[in-house]
Amino acid sequence: MTGGLDLDVAVGRAVEAAVAAGASDAEAYAEERTEREIRVYGGAVESLTDATSRGVGVRAFLDGRWGYAYGTDLGDDGIAELAAAARAAAAVADSDPHAGLPDEFGAAELGPLRSGELASWSTERKVELALAAERAARSHPEVSQVEQVVYADGEGTQALANSRGFSGAFEASSAWAYVSAFAGEGSDLMTGLGLGMGRGPEALDPEAIGAEAAARAVALAGARQASSRRCPVVFDTLVAASFLGFIGGMLSADAVQRGRSLFADREGDEIATSELRLADDGTLEDGLASAPFDGEGSPRRRLPLIEGGRLLSFLFDGRTARKAGRQTTASAERSSYRSPPSVGASNLVVEPGGDSLEELVRRADDGLYVTDVVGLHSGVNPVSGTFSVGATGILIAGGELAEPVREITVASDLVTMLRSVEAVGSEARWVPFGGSVRAVPLLLGEMAISGS
Amino acid sequence: MSLVGPELAGRAIERALRRGGDLAEVYVEERRGFALTLDDGRVEGPQSGSERGASIRVVAGEASYFGHVDGLEEQDLMRVADSVAQAAAGGDARLAALRSARRGSEHPVAVRPADVEPERKAELLRLCDDTARAAGADVAQVTAGYAESRQLVEVFNSDGAAAADDRTRVRLSVQVVARRDSVVETGSETRGGHAGFELFADRPEEVAESATRKALAMLDARAAPTGRIPVVVGNGFGGVLLHEAVGHGLEADAVQKRASVYAGRVGEQVAPDFVTAYDDGSRTGAWGSDGIDDEGTPTQRTTIIEDGHLTSYLYDLVRARKDGASSTGNGRRESFRHLPVPRMTNTFFAPGEATPEELIGGVERGLYAVSFGGGQVEPATGDFVFGVSEGYLIEGGRVIAPVRGATLIGNGLEALKAIDGVAGDLEIATGYCGKAGQRVPAGVGQPHVRLAALTVGGTDA
Repeated sequence: MTGGLDLDVAVGRAVEAAVAAGASDAEAYAEERTEREIRVYGGAVESLTDATSRGVGVRAFLDGRWGYAYGTDLGDDGIAELAAAARAAAAVADSDPHAGLPDEFGAAELGPLRSGELASWSTERKVELALAAERAARSHPEVSQVEQVVYADGEGTQALANSRGFSGAFEASSAWAYVSAFAGEGSDLMTGLGLGMGRGPEALDPEAIGAEAAARAVALAGARQASSRRCPVVFDTLVAASFLGFIGGMLSADAVQRGRSLFADREGDEIATSELRLADDGTLEDGLASAPFDGEGSPRRRLPLIEGGRLLSFLFDGRTARKAGRQTTASAERSSYRSPPSVGASNLVVEPGGDSLEELVRRADDGLYVTDVVGLHSGVNPVSGTFSVGATGILIAGGELAEPVREITVASDLVTMLRSVEAVGSEARWVPFGGSVRAVPLLLGEMAISGS
Repeated sequence: MSLVGPELAGRAIERALRRGGDLAEVYVEERRGFALTLDDGRVEGPQSGSERGASIRVVAGEASYFGHVDGLEEQDLMRVADSVAQAAAGGDARLAALRSARRGSEHPVAVRPADVEPERKAELLRLCDDTARAAGADVAQVTAGYAESRQLVEVFNSDGAAAADDRTRVRLSVQVVARRDSVVETGSETRGGHAGFELFADRPEEVAESATRKALAMLDARAAPTGRIPVVVGNGFGGVLLHEAVGHGLEADAVQKRASVYAGRVGEQVAPDFVTAYDDGSRTGAWGSDGIDDEGTPTQRTTIIEDGHLTSYLYDLVRARKDGASSTGNGRRESFRHLPVPRMTNTFFAPGEATPEELIGGVERGLYAVSFGGGQVEPATGDFVFGVSEGYLIEGGRVIAPVRGATLIGNGLEALKAIDGVAGDLEIATGYCGKAGQRVPAGVGQPHVRLAALTVGGTDA
């Protein structure tokens, strides 16, 4: 695809071109990727997408200033133009005494991040997987409609080089599928989501994904608005993942240093109960955000974030670490070659506890099992941590799941919420919400539920 | 100026139809952009981008086969055509003679952003920073962002369509954090359009003034009222309510999958007689406007609600064909990497007869919701939830105090029926709309609108 030009050669040239254009330091990142997405509807293919992408992004430093430029032309002229554009962009920026390449480079030893099977799966076999998921959802007698069935996979290579001599490349693949099903008609209609993810299609169980969507929709069909109350709450795994993903974003040292995180000045403080243990781990083979090095070439590692109820560390890249007088935690993230690295979590991992979901519901006694929240990103004040989000779920009466409810809001603040975690579920799974999160259900003490 | 031209596009279409198909389309794009931000008093992260890419789509029966590639070389297009042809089967469309390019609505650009010195863009951000900080010691933090893009698009299809568009957009956004003791509030404002740098000729610091005013006002906020109460929704960005709770349900893909509460309701009265609403992608210079949509259909004004009656869904080519309708020019995509889907452009309530003062004056106890932090809706049920980022308590027909933590919870159909007043002060704000993993610029707007009753959730349940 690059006319015989390897990505690691391209990034090396881009770094050289930026330095030749006058950059005091430079870094280049390139990726090449093929992706496939299959959507099925009503037993037939609705759409099939085949994509190839390749591009390069250059970060050029002029001492404390930096600029970024990206493009899709990996030819010599294209790379030279990009490098010059990055150097020119840097000239517009104000100086930042902490800006620059990180102080630590290298690659962690990781197992394979690429499925051995993906390449051998034909399109027909992937279509069959998606159809099987649709059938599984539809086969539930109370499912009225299966709205969306999506299978997608991608594999590719990423390469990074900088003017301090770092150069690295790695291959990775991923596959995921989700089903959205409806149960009930008219004003009783509710939706349910089922999903699965892994390194390749062999990791997906279409029957389980379809059945999960059906079960979630059916459990909620006929939901009504609940009355306002204060009660214990059980967060379903997907809901817990959404909240923890949001909290992970707030642990970015960049958000902290810019005064945009409620966790600023709280490092070392007790911010949760000791039940909740949270880590960032960019080295797990089955974590889709894993990589041997981060977005600026620092080796990935496991970083405990919350243990013994205390906030142990923020997430640092090279610049934020320098500003705080700390070491990078290899938390520079790249979403694509089209944007510079930003500070964030890789895989967030919750240590599972000892209680099954059933046990958590029993312990809640009279409360609410929240199966879905909407508006998390608009409903949370990142500085104060107060939130009010829309929710659907199932009331808990006498330790058993009772009637489904909707059009309610759940309100609290994030630290109060973390300090009210009473028990952590035992059934862990990967969820692609709020990044890559290995989450479990959570039992929380009282929260304010607002309804009719 | 041509990216690929009709000759190469025609050959790619024929190749993509080799094994059948009802419609084949070539979409090519070149996009150049520049953006920079100011944070904590410092201009940072200037970035420029340049991308070229192509996608090919074959529609066969109910199925779409799609491929895309970074690059516009002949071998790139032909390889995508081959991969799409491999997958497609059924149908027997042939390439019709490509017509000369169709022109869409005009959106004049007086000053090309790329011709403006980058330093002036940095100065624009510094002006906003200075303006906000001049408002007093309570202003704790200011973030400002400037972004420009120029997108050249060519679309060709086997029905003979050939269309091109040259789209320039600019946007300035300011977010202000105000802090007093332990209370922290944010306010934000944007100015943007399908226009050039001239958009910032007239008092760009107004953007900073508005964001600052919102943040400072909220410092004095008390807890929001809760329960079912009257709500007056502000003009401009208040239109996000219409966008989320009604507009998405009118997009024909949701309707055809019965995933919309508005399915089967065209002609039905869904709102009081005095309510009319439009989706208008041809509105001159508006943020969500384009000359043509991303399938080559000229943009247009579509009446979605007329005198309270639901009048039209929003169509792209594929969904229009299925309903025996015409595309309403709503086939939009984020880039060549995405399939077009029915999307809103600029969606807004038409101005009414009342004044905002009259709407507020008629409320004994209620909420005045001026800005939303964002919102989400489940199109299948019409259920929505919106966080109110700037809200005020109304008592005795007067706005008496700012409130924080309010959330509007309701249902689109019920909310439409609950409208009991529309003011005359239509304004359109700039937003981004996410759907099917695609983010496109969308204008949201309305005059002040009053809802007789809506559930307001807050923190003091």
